[in-house]
Amino acid sequence: MDLLTASFQDVSSAVKNKKISAAEVTQFFLNRIDRLNPQLNAFTHVNINAVADAELVDAEIASGKNTGPLSGVVFGIKDMLCTKGMPSTAGSKILQGFIPPYDATVVARLKKAGAIIIGKLNQDEFAMGSSNETSFYGNCKNPWNTDFVPGGSSGGSAAAQASRLTMGTIGTDTGGSIRQPSNFCGIVGIKPTYGRVSRYGIISYASSLDQAGPMVSSVTDAAKSLEIICGHDENDSTTVKNSVEEFSKNLNPNIKGLKIGLIKEFMLGQSDPDVEKVFTSAFNELKKMGAEIVELSIPLIEFAVPMYYLISASEASSNLARYDGVKYGFRSEFKDLSSVNLEDFYAETRGEGFGAEVKRRIMLGTYCLSSGYFDAYYNKACQVRRLLKNQYTEAFKKCDVIFSPVTTTPAFKIGEKSTDPLKMYLNDIFTTSTNLAGLGGMSVPFGMSSENLPIGVQLTCAPYQEQKILNVAYALEKVSLVQGKVPRVY
Amino acid sequence: MSINTVAAPNSFVRGYEAVIGIEVHVQLKTKSKIFCSDSTTFDAADNENTSPVSVGMPGSLPVLNREVVLMAIKTGLALGCKIREKSVFARKNYFYPDLPKGYQISQYDQPTCEHGQLYFYVNNYKKTVSITRAHLEEDAGKSTHFGQYTLINYNRAGIPLLEIVSGPDLRSAAEAAEYAKTIRDIVKSLDVCDGNLEEGSLRCDCNVSVRKIGAEKFGTRVEIKNLNSFRFIEKAVDYEIERQIDSIESGTPINQETRLYDPDKNRTFMMRTKEDADDYRYFPDPDLLPILLKSEDIEKIRKTLPELPIQKSERFQFTLGLSKNDSEILTSDRMLSEYFESCGQISGNYKSAANWVMGDLLRELNQNKLTIGDSKISAKNLAELIQFIDQNKISGKIAKTVFTEMWQTSKSAQNIVDENGYSQVSDTTAIEKIIDTVIEKNQSQVAEYRSGKTKVFGFFVGAVMRESKGQANPDVVNEILKRKLES
Repeated sequence: MDLLTASFQDVSSAVKNKKISAAEVTQFFLNRIDRLNPQLNAFTHVNINAVADAELVDAEIASGKNTGPLSGVVFGIKDMLCTKGMPSTAGSKILQGFIPPYDATVVARLKKAGAIIIGKLNQDEFAMGSSNETSFYGNCKNPWNTDFVPGGSSGGSAAAQASRLTMGTIGTDTGGSIRQPSNFCGIVGIKPTYGRVSRYGIISYASSLDQAGPMVSSVTDAAKSLEIICGHDENDSTTVKNSVEEFSKNLNPNIKGLKIGLIKEFMLGQSDPDVEKVFTSAFNELKKMGAEIVELSIPLIEFAVPMYYLISASEASSNLARYDGVKYGFRSEFKDLSSVNLEDFYAETRGEGFGAEVKRRIMLGTYCLSSGYFDAYYNKACQVRRLLKNQYTEAFKKCDVIFSPVTTTPAFKIGEKSTDPLKMYLNDIFTTSTNLAGLGGMSVPFGMSSENLPIGVQLTCAPYQEQKILNVAYALEKVSLVQGKVPRVY
Repeated sequence: MSINTVAAPNSFVRGYEAVIGIEVHVQLKTKSKIFCSDSTTFDAADNENTSPVSVGMPGSLPVLNREVVLMAIKTGLALGCKIREKSVFARKNYFYPDLPKGYQISQYDQPTCEHGQLYFYVNNYKKTVSITRAHLEEDAGKSTHFGQYTLINYNRAGIPLLEIVSGPDLRSAAEAAEYAKTIRDIVKSLDVCDGNLEEGSLRCDCNVSVRKIGAEKFGTRVEIKNLNSFRFIEKAVDYEIERQIDSIESGTPINQETRLYDPDKNRTFMMRTKEDADDYRYFPDPDLLPILLKSEDIEKIRKTLPELPIQKSERFQFTLGLSKNDSEILTSDRMLSEYFESCGQISGNYKSAANWVMGDLLRELNQNKLTIGDSKISAKNLAELIQFIDQNKISGKIAKTVFTEMWQTSKSAQNIVDENGYSQVSDTTAIEKIIDTVIEKNQSQVAEYRSGKTKVFGFFVGAVMRESKGQANPDVVNEILKRKLES
């Protein structure tokens, strides 16, 4: 069996049938990590107990226990998620050395399904970034060309998965952090509807926008892992009680008659010619498959990026207040702690522990929430957000799935945008509105750029309609030029 | 019928009027914390009652404890509040080491309870106070300063609190203390709080200002924080009123500030000025859904409310004829009032029940540091004792002895009376016999009596009672003795 191309289903049944052991599968990926990670810096931590964990799964199988649907499937986890006994840092110095005594619900569910957690993946610090360049643990590189960024914030997840250092990964998406790096690295990434996946144990960036999801090599694997991680969690009151569909079983590439919406505001020629080209060819394929095309307008999308930065920064300024050096993680070295006043203790620790981008957003958010500015910024953004949601609701009365590019360009070069935050923020132009409106969104690889970098397309659905985008993605995957390609890492 | 009350006296001090509003933090008596399943036991070891949620570990999320909402609704209804159909938790952002998340989850502009009102009696006049709001929030941890270091115990972090905010309607220290007592009595009667000020399960902050008599505008307000007894509330407010008047009279305007009360020196002192007060940057907590309540559910809860202490006290006064003082003491504790009512109902003699409960029973309880729940005498047994007295089965004097034995042995009055032969003798022939013997033995005293020295009558009564071991019915003794001596 070729472990680089095998699906979750293939590996899991091979492991259950004892054709290969979970330990062997794990060792295979550990070896790849050993060999390739130094060039990519996709991992912030490799689980030295991974093989032992896999042996436990093998032992269960040997003893005749019916193990889960991901038995022996090797997962890498974005460092944003807490993993019991493994460092969980959110890519930040301020959480250096923090080892949580609990698993995020997503991780616990993967483990319960028999998955092996092989390590923690690099990311932009606290998921604030689009290039993985804000990580305290060094920037991660794009496996298609290591001069380029893998995207962000889940850059480590995308790079590890694209280069097959893992069989599957989990990323988080607050404004595009699953879809954009998936797009840059040529993998399938899905951001579920807000409330689908428990946020318990996921280090909060912007609580009303954050959602975790799979970043994997195929639509089938995406459907399989999504049905395992989603569903109500009593530890997260924002998860919905909706029953979880069997996405993988229901996958259907027949999209004849399905209404595909094109948003006028996304078609203003903002995109790079390569992106336009890939988008048009995918569009033509959808038409060929019998999809109906519907033109839509969602005028408030124009304000999605500013809305996103006001709301996410406001929530972040509060969410990150707990990192104060008192209880866990990093604390500045004080020669004589007893003579330091409290304010200096905080200022030193947080000043040293947070990177520039995080500080920028904490300040922005603090400002937005301050009395006198609250109504003009935070509150106004929330009001417009509600209206945007309404416009999407109207749009989804006319179509099943919205079809758009993921980003305006393919992956850019390391350092190209890192000095200009505003330029960097525009990466999110096509992705943030999905989070603001609480929708489901997906990135599927489809073509290659002139520089031989992958380019994907984005599918967006109404809340809890993930099956629809999975089906369209499944149809597109069959004619994708990227599917099954594994970049050669030098 | 209404209680005779007098008009509220003016409580002006040196040409000024005090304006006081109180915030009472009521610690709700839930088994687990407001946003996680940590225990709320008071005596746990340091940091024993903690979890990733209560110490604010990364990725942990709050989940609302339903019991807390139920208690808030009950309390709100008892305070005459309107219960909002939608209430929202917000984050109050500030940094302090004992605040694990860097923000406190608290209701802000949409509290569960608002616009209420309650009344109580202060020195015989009736005082009505508006309740602005009662909102839910989580408590912070506790910092203990040890020399150069500060230790933090997070057991208290996440304990549910209901903060009850009064309108600026109180006008004297006595009113302030009585208001706080009334709140204490209400939350105890609802069984939502144990009402213990010393342990901090009820904490009072008083906002005090003074203004010239007749002035419309409020003066600058000073907050006195963490007053942990009713006496301290009264003394601190009294002190603060005088201090503010002194300050104004000497030409120094009042600063808006937070002060603490030092009971040893009986004075308030500054803790911090409001100028360096934080901007708390409140915003709705995105981790929690709004609390949505249906009006029919609220009405259902209203029907479960017990009679409130003040209403009970009024009923004890009008319909049972108890004194104001007795009524107030008996209604200050729900179990005590239940005990009393049950005893009064069974015995059919509420006045006597009140006397026994207020007198002998409370004395025993206090001496043994017990609460009514630990009473060695059940209400039913005490009622039986009262009935025995009322039926002339035993004398009042013997009853005291029976009570003491009941307390010591937990036996019923019937058992003790039977075992000791305490039954009062009303049988005239038996008593006549004893009297004859006494007269026989004391001929010289008989002569004295008959010669007009009627004072020796008491001597005969005593002798007869002694002879009957106290069991003779004194009325019968008096009657027969008189007849015999005078014949």
